[in-house]
Amino acid sequence: MAKLTIKRLSPEEEFPDLSQHNNHMAKVLTQDMYTKLRDRATPNGFTIDGVIQTGIDNPGHPFIMTVGCVAGDEETYEVFKELLDPIIEDRHGGYKPTDKHKTDLNPDNLKGGDDLDPNYVISSRVRTGRSIRGFCLPPHCSRGERRGVEKMSVEALDSLSGDLKGKYYALKNMTDAEQQQLIDDHFLFDKPVSPLLLASGMARDWPDGRGIWHNDTKTFLVWVNEEDHLRVISMQKGGNMKEVFNRFCTGLTKIETLFKDKGTSFMWNEHLGYVLTCPSNLGTGLRAGVHVKIPNMSKHAKFEEVLKRLRLQKRGTGGVDTAAVGGTFDISNADRLGFSEVELVQMVVDGVKLLVEMEKKLEKGQSIDDLMPAQK
Amino acid sequence: HDALYCAIWTFSPAISRAKYCHSVDLHFCPHDLMYPDSADYPDLRKHNNCMASHLTPAIYAKLVDKATPNGYTLDQAIQTGVDNPGHPFIKTVGMVAGDEESYEVFADLLDPVIKERHNGYDPQTMTHPTDLDSSKLKSGKFDERYVLSSRVRTGRSIRGLSLPPACTRAERREVEKVVVDALAGLKGDLAGTYYSLTHMTDQEQQQLIDDHFLFDKPVSPLLTCSGMARDWPDARGIWHNNTKTFLIWINEEDHTRVISMEKGGNMKRVFDRFCTGLKEVERLIQEKGWEFMWNERLGYILTCPSNLGTGLRAGVHVNLPKLSKDPRFTKILDNLRLQKRGTGGVDTAAVGSTFDISNLDRLGQSEVQLVQTVVDGVNYLIECEKKLEKGQDIKIPPPVRK
Repeated sequence: MAKLTIKRLSPEEEFPDLSQHNNHMAKVLTQDMYTKLRDRATPNGFTIDGVIQTGIDNPGHPFIMTVGCVAGDEETYEVFKELLDPIIEDRHGGYKPTDKHKTDLNPDNLKGGDDLDPNYVISSRVRTGRSIRGFCLPPHCSRGERRGVEKMSVEALDSLSGDLKGKYYALKNMTDAEQQQLIDDHFLFDKPVSPLLLASGMARDWPDGRGIWHNDTKTFLVWVNEEDHLRVISMQKGGNMKEVFNRFCTGLTKIETLFKDKGTSFMWNEHLGYVLTCPSNLGTGLRAGVHVKIPNMSKHAKFEEVLKRLRLQKRGTGGVDTAAVGGTFDISNADRLGFSEVELVQMVVDGVKLLVEMEKKLEKGQSIDDLMPAQK
Repeated sequence: HDALYCAIWTFSPAISRAKYCHSVDLHFCPHDLMYPDSADYPDLRKHNNCMASHLTPAIYAKLVDKATPNGYTLDQAIQTGVDNPGHPFIKTVGMVAGDEESYEVFADLLDPVIKERHNGYDPQTMTHPTDLDSSKLKSGKFDERYVLSSRVRTGRSIRGLSLPPACTRAERREVEKVVVDALAGLKGDLAGTYYSLTHMTDQEQQQLIDDHFLFDKPVSPLLTCSGMARDWPDARGIWHNNTKTFLIWINEEDHTRVISMEKGGNMKRVFDRFCTGLKEVERLIQEKGWEFMWNERLGYILTCPSNLGTGLRAGVHVNLPKLSKDPRFTKILDNLRLQKRGTGGVDTAAVGSTFDISNLDRLGQSEVQLVQTVVDGVNYLIECEKKLEKGQDIKIPPPVRK
């Protein structure tokens, strides 16, 4: 006689083995917390196991302490707040569950930023993400929802005009010629290979519902249904971050208006700001950065300390999973939540300016001690 | 409402959210109100797998709101086939089972898939013969100038526990416990040791690599897209007997994979040990109140529909330098109901002239019949190779009974 199917195995039996793990989720998740959260689901049926799967499957990352969990919908952040609030606090510099986040997308509030030295600053870029309220997020959405996000986004983007006027390229329908052009422009995104992303389920049904929209001048780009519903990117060669940020704010504001006209809105609340798939992108979801040549500075003993004080982060020029090649680094803001968009871009502008000054001094064999910044 | 959600649980992060509402009124699900089934129907226009060949919009609409008693859904079952449009060497199945009941609940899709994959075997009308009496095997000792190694593998699933695409961590750990307890009872030349992937020492790991026993987290997207690699390496491990001729993988693509193997050409002894070992393990789990998933319609139930029936792949690594270059090689293999692979397994191509040759069929014939097919077929291939060596001509054999 066979044993009956074991239903409702105990939370102790289900609790993941996190002994080899080093990510925010593993630091925070206890047996008691898991036992409590296991009995819940969001209205869309997303569960604690869905939230933490990527963190279980990816014990640690060599360059950066990963978050180790994702949201499957807007409600995840409420339903699983016992887990997510401490993770958010740890990841976002002590941000408390009672804190309020300020949104400021007025580019006139940015001081300077139009004169970063192009001999050092190769390119400037600002990106963020946006989620469309009412749809599940990429780890959990159905094919129908993903297509709904695509349809709504493309309708909104198609109505942009002037220097924002552009075109949508669906990943599954693009011609070879279009694909090659997008590759040459460094716009094409492909199915993620990072296990951090794959393990969350966000790459299901690839390439259905995914695509790239960009304006005719190739300075404003939107990714549809990659890690988030929308990733919005403003970029150009050289060091005029002010212009990049202007376009960024103008474009975003216009898109948001278009969505409101259709009766939807972006996921946003006054505690978490803009709601995105990964808790690391809450608040502004904003990463403003430059590719900058700092071979001397990057070898300096105080490089890490300077970055830390400036609240900046370094990456390789291939993105988050890469190391730097030669002396060219991707330098961007480390923060996302608890500071406004303007504040973060200001930090990047001021910080990069300082790094370039330091590089110039080191080139001349001079000391940079008197330029050391205070902790921001 | 929370209590109702709890009653039928879903384990996979990738579940389409309305589907767990199988046992509750569907009007609670906003998803169903907003999206007709056609909005969720996958785009399979560029796909070439068995699932894509048979999943019509009508079948999708009929099955999409169903779930097994464990909460496993159609969208989960087909995810691997949606994510992997086609394989260069072989037409893949494109779907998996999350539990034993999947084969019933999704029969409208699985039966035609099974029929295509298993040469017209109709689960609705046919029965599958199980025969693990290895004494019936005739000859079965190959010429070792050609056959380098012999191997028989199958899989077994523990009834009552979900399969790797859908199992929870606790269920997976229960599979490990049940099987390891049973294996600890094996004696004589079957006595052995279990090496858990989580706990093995570096030295143990190196030994297992040197023996070519170690399996690692799958990289094939065919497997990872089904969710079977979740929580790796928790509750995964390798057991083998002291003489290293009987090996069991726990919680890789199936609950268990059972492998009997040896260097050289003594397929008879390999099959003897295979049958003895399997029956012993079955006896030991039955003592504790467990049993294998089996029914007379589909034989042994495994994760992939391609492994139903016997789940058996009996094969050799064989050197066929002349025959493999003969343009009739493929046709000869087809008629003998044999399949060639590279020596690295299903996703590889052959290197040089050493091939992995095994039975094509899994369901509709017994274990004895399939191993006999391999024995007769490989003997024929060796005869062809010898003839070609002497400059003699060879003949394409008539197709063997399917």
